[in-house]
Amino acid sequence: MPDRYTPPAIVLHWLVAVLIFVAFPLGVYMHELPLSPWKLQLYSYHKWIGVTIFLLVGLRLAWRATHVPPPLPDGIAAWQRRASAIVHGLLYVLMLAIPLSGWLMSSAKGFQTVWFGIVPLPDLVEKNRELGDLLAGVHQALNFTLLVLVILHVAAALQHHFIERQPFLQRMGPGGKAKVSA
Amino acid sequence: MKALSLGLLALFVASTAHAVEYTTVLPKQSRVDFEFRQMGVPVKGGFKRFVSQMAFDPAKPEAARAQIEIDLASIDAGSSEADEEAAGKLWFNRSAYPKATFASSAVRALGNDRYEMRGTLTLKGRSRELVVPVHFVPGKTAATFDGSFVLKRLDFGIGEGMWADVATVANEVRVSFRIAATGK
Repeated sequence: MPDRYTPPAIVLHWLVAVLIFVAFPLGVYMHELPLSPWKLQLYSYHKWIGVTIFLLVGLRLAWRATHVPPPLPDGIAAWQRRASAIVHGLLYVLMLAIPLSGWLMSSAKGFQTVWFGIVPLPDLVEKNRELGDLLAGVHQALNFTLLVLVILHVAAALQHHFIERQPFLQRMGPGGKAKVSA
Repeated sequence: MKALSLGLLALFVASTAHAVEYTTVLPKQSRVDFEFRQMGVPVKGGFKRFVSQMAFDPAKPEAARAQIEIDLASIDAGSSEADEEAAGKLWFNRSAYPKATFASSAVRALGNDRYEMRGTLTLKGRSRELVVPVHFVPGKTAATFDGSFVLKRLDFGIGEGMWADVATVANEVRVSFRIAATGK
């Protein structure tokens, strides 16, 4: 049995991870700024990254649906397998729901999202201040939920690898050949 | 004789109808809006309060005149954050220049109810000549005068300093208006 994800799955995983690690602090930082061209630029970059994440996650789901992930090592407890499935499922839901909520918020606040300043996304909702504020709250809550789940996700991987001493990180790691567990 | 007097009456009615001069602006049915691009994103805004005077007789368009005074405090710049920013020194510097004014100097008929109005727009202490196309649409209760034109915000020092970078906020601003008026 393979003990690694396929290379496209690995590349997409890390690409999305890096983009989330840029977009999240950017979002936290930019919304406190006083209005300036810099702020407007950061908002645009944040939105462009968000749209990109949404599309890449769509690609990941399509890949996942057509490729079987490597099975978890034998020593992992049943409850952890269940927890892992739930967290992975929620991560996918959030990685789609967060850009979606941002896009809708942007429309409700009266600013169309134009991907890379070139590709306009349709406004699915009309400009509406209350809805905009509501969606801002939703966007933020979903993001902090994501933060908690990402911490769990990373902690679990590190725990399996370093504490349980299972060969775990190479499942999603770089490198051509699957390492044989010791 | 009867036919003649009816004919005269008809002529009289026709000539008075033709001689309607539009002089009373209806503020509630009038609007002044604008649109600009910010990081490639179209942003709409407008002004809620303005006072406009005009006199327009379709029979004597060259004698027409119009002026408008816009209360810059009534701006909707797309968001409350932008509304506040717009009042500042770098934008409209509203405490020093609370109003924008336009006064026509000449009107020329282009045919098909279309006109060209020349005039001076004064904004933030700077005056510029403008040529504004106007479409006259006669209506049952009120006529409307519609038009739109593009101005360059930097011609008027709107958005100075860090905002002078037109890559973030475009220099071109499309202004569109509808002035509704009744006549006597």
